[in-house]
Amino acid sequence: MNNLKQTSRQANNPDIKPEEFANQEYETGFVTDIEADTLPPGLNEDVIRHISAKKNEPEWLLNWRLEAFRHWLTMTEPHWAHVNYQPIDFQAISYFSAPKSKDDGPKSLDEVDPKLVETYEKLGIPLREQEMLAGVAVDAVFDSVSVATTFKGKLKEAGVIFCPISEAVREYPELVQQYMGSVVPTSDNFYAALNSAVFTDGSFVYIPRGVRCPMELSTYFRINAMNTGQFERTLIIADEGAYVSYLEGCTAPQRDENQLHAAVVELVALDDAQIKYSTVQNWYPGDENGVGGIYNFVTKRADCRGDRAKVSWTQVETGSAITWKYPSCILRGDDSVGEFYSVALTKMRQEADTGTKMIHLGKRTKSTIVSKGIAAGHGQQAYRGLVKIGKGAEDARNYTQCDSLLIGDTCGAHTFPYVEVKNPSATMEHEATTSKIGEDQLFYCQSRGISEEDAVNMIVNGFCKDVFNELPMEFAVEANRLMEVSLEGAVG
Amino acid sequence: MLRIEQLHASVAGKEILKGINLTIGAGEVHAIMGPNGSGKSTLSNVIAGRDGYEVTAGSVTYHGKDLLAMKPEERAWEGVFLAFQYPVEIPGVNNTYMLKAGVNAKRKHQGEQELDAMDFMQLVKAKAKLVELDQSFLSRGVNEGFSGGEKKRNEIFQMAVLEPSLALLDETDSGLDIDALRIVAQGVNALRNAERSIVMVTHYQRLLDYIEPDFVHVLADGQILKSGDKHLALELEERGYDWVKVEAEQAAA
Repeated sequence: MNNLKQTSRQANNPDIKPEEFANQEYETGFVTDIEADTLPPGLNEDVIRHISAKKNEPEWLLNWRLEAFRHWLTMTEPHWAHVNYQPIDFQAISYFSAPKSKDDGPKSLDEVDPKLVETYEKLGIPLREQEMLAGVAVDAVFDSVSVATTFKGKLKEAGVIFCPISEAVREYPELVQQYMGSVVPTSDNFYAALNSAVFTDGSFVYIPRGVRCPMELSTYFRINAMNTGQFERTLIIADEGAYVSYLEGCTAPQRDENQLHAAVVELVALDDAQIKYSTVQNWYPGDENGVGGIYNFVTKRADCRGDRAKVSWTQVETGSAITWKYPSCILRGDDSVGEFYSVALTKMRQEADTGTKMIHLGKRTKSTIVSKGIAAGHGQQAYRGLVKIGKGAEDARNYTQCDSLLIGDTCGAHTFPYVEVKNPSATMEHEATTSKIGEDQLFYCQSRGISEEDAVNMIVNGFCKDVFNELPMEFAVEANRLMEVSLEGAVG
Repeated sequence: MLRIEQLHASVAGKEILKGINLTIGAGEVHAIMGPNGSGKSTLSNVIAGRDGYEVTAGSVTYHGKDLLAMKPEERAWEGVFLAFQYPVEIPGVNNTYMLKAGVNAKRKHQGEQELDAMDFMQLVKAKAKLVELDQSFLSRGVNEGFSGGEKKRNEIFQMAVLEPSLALLDETDSGLDIDALRIVAQGVNALRNAERSIVMVTHYQRLLDYIEPDFVHVLADGQILKSGDKHLALELEERGYDWVKVEAEQAAA
């Protein structure tokens, strides 16, 4: 993300035309040349057995995977989203790619392949520097296998577990077995089932009772090898009265073919626990003709299992050719709270169908949805949200606000709000707006001496403010920068 | 000094300005009056550089530079300021933040050091007093939820902060009650000086009671038909515009 700062050189170029916005160079599009241990394309039970064996998994997990796979075979790909893409050949994808490690894997940063570290540095996340300066613990996932985890010591002192999920399977099998799949069952949907069958790594977090995690936890995902899908799986458990703030950032190198990213994220919040989950997603979006780019088909769900539990999802989605994700909250505990704050930007031929589901089951449960969609070029945006008030959810409240901002006249924004209310005591509010960046707004700023480019950034960032305010401080600044970079030349 | 020569301009293919000639010296206050649809607002928008106004002939030079070749922000850096007839709302963008970006872009252009947040806040607080703008407006979104009068006061406040050498006030008096008009006029009068030229576009003599012009021009049908001093405005108030047109037609015949 820091690397995006380099691109500010163009920020004041007065000659950028709208069509050049479509050609906006993907700044993180470099490929790391690392010897990778990659399976040939194709998916069958043997491939799953191979993945499981590679990772020295216990029998129960292999069976869990196989069960998911057998269920997946009976399912069909969903087509209800407002997106268009060529059918995916699931047999043409390689389901495992790990950087070749010398032994059992690195024990510390010093043992990490220097080229990998270099890659992270190009991405602007020098692990060492982060370790020392930023106070951010990073669990970096590189083509499906965690290669470095920092700050383990400090976290361990607090009793916090933050490690690759493959490690958690070995070290904390009882926690993994108890919670994995309990929020997103293996049979939940097509992509979640696929992920359950073939997931290769991801992050695991456990915050013990009454502990406030002493730092922001952060994971950086990057898809590197050609034709590999990235199927990571994240599981975060906040025990009673615990608090954690977690950030994931994502990038992928530039390639002509589409790459599939089908992740599953499960959050469990027990009584009085609070989880804040923030995403800054900058996967390769494809080129101006819609060639290449990541298919980002992700299932994210939180279970507020305890009373007074609270989960906030905040997402800034600027990348991917296609985004299909609905971070959701099951508000099971009484007085539990779910929040969803989203900024999604689509340009060129990007398509995003994103939103949330708030399932109110407990009494006096509260949810807030603030969704900001920005479309430019030929970008397509859809907000799709479900607010469901169950029979037993007395005095539930929901507030939904979805705003769309259009830049130019070849893009589109759509809103699909679904509401199901089974308890008459519910209070529901819904607000929606669609606006265009007005010529008059631009001219107003320009007549005060602000260049058109800066004016667009200013207006868009103003539009996103409610959401950026929800991001952890240091990432709010990054989000601002990311929007600026993504918007260069948006209006001519 | 601003010099407009034989200026023709069209909007959506329709000619609105049909040969404007006007020279405005340093420190002068000019009032441009005229009936609806005469081209008054078009003239100020063309000078400030709004999109959608096509200049088909003529020239506008400012301090010897070709204003028409510049982008709107470049004109602002050269000292041009337009107080909008309908100030624009920009939700979520802090009023002071926008203004600071404008001021610093101009300073940068002039090779001056950019103001830091502390210095800028001091400047802004002093200028806000000038138009009796409550400090709470400084941190609100640009014109977001402002009343009509507050928006106009905000325009003059911005003018005070940006310190233009040429200020175009486009119907700044419209929609103001008498108290707001007095406050806005006080603000403008406080900004009068020997270097700063001010062009007021207005329908009504009322504004000129508060801000006394050096020159008054009648704009009708895209041309300046008559120019005079402040007495011309009083005559217009009494007799309307038609006699000016008749006089012009007779002169042409």
